[in-house]
Amino acid sequence: MSSNLQLNSEGKLKHFLTLEGLSKELLTEILDTAESFAGMSDSQVKKVPLLRGKTIVNLFFENSTRTRTTFELAATRLSADVLSMNIATSATSKGESLLDTIRNLEAMFVDMFVVRHAISGAAHFIAQHTAPHISVINAGDGQHAHPTQAMLDMFTIRQIKQDFSTLRVAIIGDILHSRVARSQIQALNTLGAAEVRVIAPKTLLPAHVESLGVTVSHNLTEGLKDIDVIIMLRLQKERMTSALLPSESEYFKCFGLTENKLKIAKPDAIVMHPGPINRGVEIDSKVADGPQSVILKQVSNGIAVRMAIMAMAMQTSARSAITGSN
Amino acid sequence: MSQIHIQHGRIIDPANNIDRVGSVYIADGKIVSVTQEPAGFSPDTVIDADNQVVCPGFIDLSTRLREPGQSRKATFKSETAAAASAGVTTMCLQPDTVPVIDTAAVAELVKDLAEKSGYQQIYPIAALTRKLEGVELSSMLSLKQAGCIAVGNASQPVQNLLILRRAMEYAASHDLLLIFRPNDYWLGNKGCAHEGAFATRYGLPGIPEAAETIALSHCLELAELTGCRVHFGQISCKRAVIKIHQAKKYGLNVSADVAIHQLHLTENDIQPFDSSYHVLPPLRTDADKDALRQGLASGTLDAICSDHQPHDMDAKLGAFPETEAGISSLETLLPLMLRLVAQQKITLPQGIAALSTNPARILRLNSGALTPGFNADVCVFNPEFSWQIDADSWQSQGLNTPFWGQTMTGKVTHTLQAGKLIYCQGE
Repeated sequence: MSSNLQLNSEGKLKHFLTLEGLSKELLTEILDTAESFAGMSDSQVKKVPLLRGKTIVNLFFENSTRTRTTFELAATRLSADVLSMNIATSATSKGESLLDTIRNLEAMFVDMFVVRHAISGAAHFIAQHTAPHISVINAGDGQHAHPTQAMLDMFTIRQIKQDFSTLRVAIIGDILHSRVARSQIQALNTLGAAEVRVIAPKTLLPAHVESLGVTVSHNLTEGLKDIDVIIMLRLQKERMTSALLPSESEYFKCFGLTENKLKIAKPDAIVMHPGPINRGVEIDSKVADGPQSVILKQVSNGIAVRMAIMAMAMQTSARSAITGSN
Repeated sequence: MSQIHIQHGRIIDPANNIDRVGSVYIADGKIVSVTQEPAGFSPDTVIDADNQVVCPGFIDLSTRLREPGQSRKATFKSETAAAASAGVTTMCLQPDTVPVIDTAAVAELVKDLAEKSGYQQIYPIAALTRKLEGVELSSMLSLKQAGCIAVGNASQPVQNLLILRRAMEYAASHDLLLIFRPNDYWLGNKGCAHEGAFATRYGLPGIPEAAETIALSHCLELAELTGCRVHFGQISCKRAVIKIHQAKKYGLNVSADVAIHQLHLTENDIQPFDSSYHVLPPLRTDADKDALRQGLASGTLDAICSDHQPHDMDAKLGAFPETEAGISSLETLLPLMLRLVAQQKITLPQGIAALSTNPARILRLNSGALTPGFNADVCVFNPEFSWQIDADSWQSQGLNTPFWGQTMTGKVTHTLQAGKLIYCQGE
């Protein structure tokens, strides 16, 4: 990915499409900025006027509740005007009509698109073709990237574990189809995690997965040894009908995270999940709701992290502005 | 008709084992003599080929001109002009037009379009199965009689091997060549990139080599069973080259080509989500590229094709997996072949043979050579001429090439088709 597309001539964030090509310093700046926003949620007035007068369009070509809602809240708290559009994918199955959709919205003086699309590369495509003053935030494209989710996960990890350099992180489940996993792997490697381990059957791992900078295990019991952070991925039901797995129950037996399996990891290991959870498929309820789970923390952090990314991409010196507004 | 004298050029005619400076004499559309001036020869046209190469016109085994049916992408007019400017004097058209070339009527329509374009030697490939659906056999004999040079299923796999077997038996009964692009439907899994590090990184559905090698193995077995002559098109991976080598050694009557871009580009060259690199079979690894080059040098791969697929802008405007596959590649055929010569991967006569002599042999055409009595299909090119791919130099209506903006070395100066000058640089 040409990082040029994402960065302006001064090396500042313009679009946020992928974590590839972004420096450790920039990712750290995002996390630091998010931290300054995080405190706001507890305060009486949850708004800052950073993006007052700006129009943000959430363009969701694929359904999502959590991601869309947190983007909406993030934009609202930055005082932007927000419009959320759910667009059936079938209406824009051709690139030209995707472009037409964008052009029509551009004509309504939009400042930022937040895009979710079922096809890998869609956000990149929109960023390349949209008007120069518009920023594009990728809210998940196909199986390629979900960089804001990865950053909120990094934020959550940093909150609890502080230092990435000593961390061994396991990502468990459907890596093949997961844009979240791809972005998490990039973020963890950029931030200098000691090890990123993927644990899954071969049917759920992409070819040459090790080229992403991970170690590979096909066995959860062995794979969880010495792990500080456990990231579970959602298992889609259609993986069973496409002959990738025999059954949910067999998957749970092999790769489901139970209290007993959790004991194999380090005693202070945290359990994460990008949601929505399939209880009893990839994770046992006792673990999902247990003391080591930080799943709901991830959701709350999503707002602050998305505020940080939106503010930074809008070329606002977010941290100085927020200091001024306090 | 006129008499033409091409003089002072380096004549390379692999079929007749000629590589020397001299003259080519043409009369009434035919080659009369090479080097030796015929008695009473009085040319009305003299082409001075000083410092240039004179060779047989190129024969392209896989081309799409988009007519009938998709003239928004390209037309016979635009693409035959591109072919002429690229030294290509004979083209085989894939049957995936709209409608498909699966009846004599469509084949005749294609011949008519060719006739009207003033570019004569266009040979349709007949659909192997009706509508390329892989279910019912096409009327292959009628299609042959209407001028089809071979049968094939374009990029569409024949999923049912019993139907493929019967189609091959029927083709063999009429001594028809099968041009087959090996691609297993199920293993291909509707992918858009090589199943490797690039597809993994960018979350793109991948196509493993096995999609090609398994379909290839099936077809080789059926070639032996049915006695059908088979030519494999657009081979893209190392293991397929090995299998073809083994099959030839074993004695099967098969041949193979590789698309020109596969000899230069790999998945590592793909600019992320740049749809001009979206091509099928997909760009594979460095090891595959090296094996394809070696296969060409050793003769395991007989020919280079352009696999020319011009597209309109809209077809390439979208997220990578949603765009249409294919590269507009007629005009880069010669310079990219010459690049292999410059990199000492093949010799110049080998490259010319892969573009002329060998395709003619595969198609059983009296062509692809400067043999007296053959149609005077001749390409004259300047191997040192540098030019840039841009809107001024480009002829094809399809601007979809990943080489856009790059500098190429080697340019055709004259193209003769059956003795008629169909291209002259600067005119």
